[in-house]
Amino acid sequence: MTAADVQGPAAIQAAFDRAAAQDRAALVIYLTATYPDPATSHACMEAAVDAGADILEVGIPFSDPMMDGPTIQAANQHVLDAGRTVSDQLGFVADLRHLDVPTLAMTYVTIADTRGYARFADECADAGLSGVILPDLPAPEAGPWVAEARRRGLATVFLASSVSTDERLAAIAQVSTGWVYAAGLLGVTGVQSVAGEVTAELVTRIRAHTDLPIAVGIGVKDRDSAAEVARFADGVIVGSAVIRAAGDGDPDGAPDRVHALVGELRAGVAGR
Amino acid sequence: MSVTDDQPGATTGPTREGYFGDFGGSFVPEALSGALAQLAEAWRTAQKDAAFTEQLDRLRRDYGGRPTPLYRAERLSEAAGVEVWIKREDLAHTGSHKLNNVVGQALLTARMGKPRVIAETGAGQHGVATATAAALFGLRCRVYMGAEDVRRQRLNVVRMQLLGTEVVPVDSGTRTLKDAINEALRDWVTNVDDTHYLIGSTMGPHPFPTIVRELQSVISVESTQQFDFQAGGLPDAVIACVGGGSNAIGSFAEWIDVDGVRLIGVEAAGEGVGTGRSAATITEGREAVLHGSRSIVLVDDDGQVQPAHSVSAGLDYPGVGPEHAALARSGRATYVAATDAEALEGFRRTCELEGIIPALEPAHAVGWLLAHGRAALGDGARVVLTMSGRGDKDVDEVLEVGGFDVGVAKAFGEDAR
Repeated sequence: MTAADVQGPAAIQAAFDRAAAQDRAALVIYLTATYPDPATSHACMEAAVDAGADILEVGIPFSDPMMDGPTIQAANQHVLDAGRTVSDQLGFVADLRHLDVPTLAMTYVTIADTRGYARFADECADAGLSGVILPDLPAPEAGPWVAEARRRGLATVFLASSVSTDERLAAIAQVSTGWVYAAGLLGVTGVQSVAGEVTAELVTRIRAHTDLPIAVGIGVKDRDSAAEVARFADGVIVGSAVIRAAGDGDPDGAPDRVHALVGELRAGVAGR
Repeated sequence: MSVTDDQPGATTGPTREGYFGDFGGSFVPEALSGALAQLAEAWRTAQKDAAFTEQLDRLRRDYGGRPTPLYRAERLSEAAGVEVWIKREDLAHTGSHKLNNVVGQALLTARMGKPRVIAETGAGQHGVATATAAALFGLRCRVYMGAEDVRRQRLNVVRMQLLGTEVVPVDSGTRTLKDAINEALRDWVTNVDDTHYLIGSTMGPHPFPTIVRELQSVISVESTQQFDFQAGGLPDAVIACVGGGSNAIGSFAEWIDVDGVRLIGVEAAGEGVGTGRSAATITEGREAVLHGSRSIVLVDDDGQVQPAHSVSAGLDYPGVGPEHAALARSGRATYVAATDAEALEGFRRTCELEGIIPALEPAHAVGWLLAHGRAALGDGARVVLTMSGRGDKDVDEVLEVGGFDVGVAKAFGEDAR
């Protein structure tokens, strides 16, 4: 494999292609870095990949996560209360290089902007990340960040919503690499269930603007909802449910719980 | 309404889409893109509609009690060593300047055909104003308020509930205004189809900072005329407290292009600048994105938002509106800070010298003026100070934190508990 195969937009495309070749949607698993503690978190990431995750989204906590519901908020706060910095989080991510899947950072624009987009892009690329998702950075404001991400070969995944106009969808497709993230509902993570029909229509609308894979997140929580989304999307993103598996109960059992859930989800994305 | 988006290069107001210099913008989830575009369009058409202006003026006058007086505070002037003219927003309906903005946004809500509003509130003044407008316009209303603020501003919680509003205490984060805004944004992302987020300060994503500024500018539209008529000439300074900065931007707006008038924003320094227990955002913060716009924010090196602290719930916020950040950077306005102790002194002196019980927020402006006004502005300088709200809501907090001896009332209050 060349470097581009293991990191960056090409690696992400390859992950979607492998899933498509198996006639299933790709499974994208979100986990907050170092939650509930670094060792458990590391083991949970490995468990997720072992159970069939095609891509990892690693959350870098922000104090005011406006797109997140109570589950991910609490995980963020737990990590911040433990005093772990963004550098600590990126160091943690760098230790995931042995996992054979592309990994993206999921964080908020304040984290990237405060560090400076150039430095943040450098640090993410150096940590082995394939891309970055900033859910509160809309396409019209994205130019400066996208330029720095491109410079370091990082994918930039942007969110599309059922309320996005066609003009905005075109702008989102324009700045996105890796995939386009279709929000499965109007709302924050981990609270309601995916709005199937509306989201299917959104995916169709996005396809008119891009050849990139389209993955649906927010509102997917179990095998059934993963299967529902897999019928019309190229990828399925699950976060809060995985965080609950990692964080609820004894940390020693967290990797097994994550493994079991991700296995279920993998069966779901194959069941379309 | 002197400035619009269509005038790039104007000395005031936004230049490129929603930006004041380097500050502002629209950093929000894509789910809000439709609502913000709809709001910007509703605002644009409303400004060109004489019926909107007429309705707004009539509500402000007949319902809200405008214009509010400009009053020469003789005894306070003597104590401060400068000539103090108080702009009496505390006399407006609901007891603060907040209704200026709320009535305008409620009219926009009706024009957009949305049946529900949500709001954040710190001290409760914006929550009460929003609850009031919701009752007046027949809108469903939910107000998010930090659990800590629910405790210290109990009177306003009761007022909102009497007005038919649902008050939701927010237990996440620092349990104050910042977290109430997060929760309101989450509600808006979820219910954006039928809900308008009635933001109470000159903050948030474009077009909010512009809309709130224009709606609050009625303060200085009045005060420029009143000062000219009552005092003659120009004041040496206009001074207002700054949390998010809505009363300050409204107080400054018409003076920004007037040479020779100093604009002074007073932030809350809490236990003191440098103590780590402050809300003096412009004094101590750095450029960062918070709640949808790029401005100056109290963040650490990672960008994590730091807890603010102030005795005043309305100023207890780690951000500030983007236009204030731009005015600070350009030097057109100066931002200073008053500690909790200075604010409590301002509170006490305003009560005793003028017969006005001020809200703790503008008490910061009074406190700064008493402590530093003469040195900073010169003996006998003429100052317009915005008394942005009245202090009934703060009485319990002042007794507890300030340790004021109110004799029989205190004894009675304790017996009654």
